[in-house]
Amino acid sequence: MSTFFTSRLFFISLALVVIAATLPLYVSGYVLGLLTVAFYFGVFAMAWDLLFGFAGEVNFGPTFLIGVGAYTAGILNNQFGWSVYLCIVLGALASVIAGLVLALPALRVRGPYFGLTTLVAVLMLQNFIVVFADLTGGEIGLTIPDVITINAGANYWIALGFMTISAAILYGLSQSPIGLVLQASGQDPVQAGALGFNIVKHKLAAFIVSAFFSGLSGALLVFYFGTASVGTVVDVAVGVNVIVSAVLGGRRTVLGAALGAIFLIVAGEFLRPTGELATFIVSAVALLVVLFFPGGFLGAALSREARS
Amino acid sequence: MRVFQILIDGFAISALYALGATGFTLIFGVSGVLNLSHGAIMVAAAVAAWAAASILGVGTYAGALIGVAVALVIAFATYFAVVKPIQDSRRIPNEEKEIFVLTGTLLWGIMIQELIAYFFTNNAKTVLPIVEGVVEILGVRTPRNEIFTAIVCCLVIALLWLLVNRTRTGKAVLAASMNPRGVTLLGLELTNIYIVVWAIYGILAGIAGVLLGMFLGVSSYSVGPLTASAFSIVVLGGLGSVSGSLIAAFVVGYLETITAYLISPAYRTIPALLLLVFVMYIRPQGLLGRR
Repeated sequence: MSTFFTSRLFFISLALVVIAATLPLYVSGYVLGLLTVAFYFGVFAMAWDLLFGFAGEVNFGPTFLIGVGAYTAGILNNQFGWSVYLCIVLGALASVIAGLVLALPALRVRGPYFGLTTLVAVLMLQNFIVVFADLTGGEIGLTIPDVITINAGANYWIALGFMTISAAILYGLSQSPIGLVLQASGQDPVQAGALGFNIVKHKLAAFIVSAFFSGLSGALLVFYFGTASVGTVVDVAVGVNVIVSAVLGGRRTVLGAALGAIFLIVAGEFLRPTGELATFIVSAVALLVVLFFPGGFLGAALSREARS
Repeated sequence: MRVFQILIDGFAISALYALGATGFTLIFGVSGVLNLSHGAIMVAAAVAAWAAASILGVGTYAGALIGVAVALVIAFATYFAVVKPIQDSRRIPNEEKEIFVLTGTLLWGIMIQELIAYFFTNNAKTVLPIVEGVVEILGVRTPRNEIFTAIVCCLVIALLWLLVNRTRTGKAVLAASMNPRGVTLLGLELTNIYIVVWAIYGILAGIAGVLLGMFLGVSSYSVGPLTASAFSIVVLGGLGSVSGSLIAAFVVGYLETITAYLISPAYRTIPALLLLVFVMYIRPQGLLGRR
């Protein structure tokens, strides 16, 4: 951990954040809006990477945690008009509780079974949102009366600050003794258990942290958009984007996941002129990265640094 | 009346689910691959059958054949372009190959889905049925097409059973599923067995896709739900167990039909999902799964 502050990765990250912080001074509100969304997605991807990359569990349901946070915050604001900040906190809290409920049965099983349990959770949430349309707005989506601010620059700084703080905490956690135990249990659960570590407890902790950041980010995103819909925070396709971001950026790097998310969203926007082929091209690029650079962007960069 | 209607409709949809899930479970059983492009391959088969019959005007039978052939080609492409490179890669650690296959086939499925949407739009397409008209069974007016679907599904599954249990190739496939290393020691090339399995898979997914296109219609939006339902049926039955997934297909098919008729079509999938969570909780390996 202490070596991190003298490593090249730290200085590059610091430089990137400083440069990113100056963007509102000279780029258009449109670009800022795009990056704001990308930063929230970056947190989704980093939270996912903490669970997958380090605990080796394929969570197909990142949007279950994101969606619970987003919808809880949105519904509380819509129904009771509670203050934005209270709603955000309660959204994150609801995500943690939902994460616990999901983790208890899901962590009993491994591999594809774990993946399916988490996938089913997303499908159920989606069904419930459609069935309880009076409360959730159903397929049309939920309108949120309040927003944090309408200033594009302020929104951008909030998202950037939030992503930077989350990255620091999640990365720190991944490099801490807890992160090492998680990594060990992901690679060889039997041996890690034999060494006396309570794997289930560690994974549960990872799940809760992951749920907290997913829910918080989901709730913040809702108050940025001013709306919550299945298509933006719950749909399986959104979850796929989160997973692809993390693998693309480099799994087990946490920071890479954020890079992957920003790349995915910005690339999708750049390819908008190609119309409906945009998603095709992004998926094809992602597949090529998976096949030829399995370490992802940051993984490839780091291994080159290690070699030199 | 309603009981018979549920029995008949439920049977047709369950048989279709069973056929759709059989290929998926076969591949997992033999090579440990969960192919998340499954739904995309089924939809591609249906859309190809629709396009051949409706745009090119080759007729219903030729259209159906073209649909199955397209599925076969895509299945081979999936194996050679996505699955095999990941399995052979030396840069991916062995314990992570599973997640890479999942991610890779998922991306591949999205690519197929987007191409279908680009060339044929997102609109729902119904493949012209091979048989038309309506018959009355036990007082229920049933489309002949529905009966045809159920019969073909049962026949294909029976043929597959014969192929696996009664032929030399089938026995090699079975052996590979039990002990891949042992099969290699006996001098059989594992890759050849996988090619056979992917060929069988392509044909099964193709037939299931074309029948689905005739029975309910498909669009590029069906891709995700189709993969998810095959995945859940296979896990409910027990990964790798063909008979388990047959039972699971009928449980899910009937549960959905009963819910749709007796409660509301809006709640159709919820009881099946709850059942799945419940089974995973008390019996994580699925109904007939081995651990």
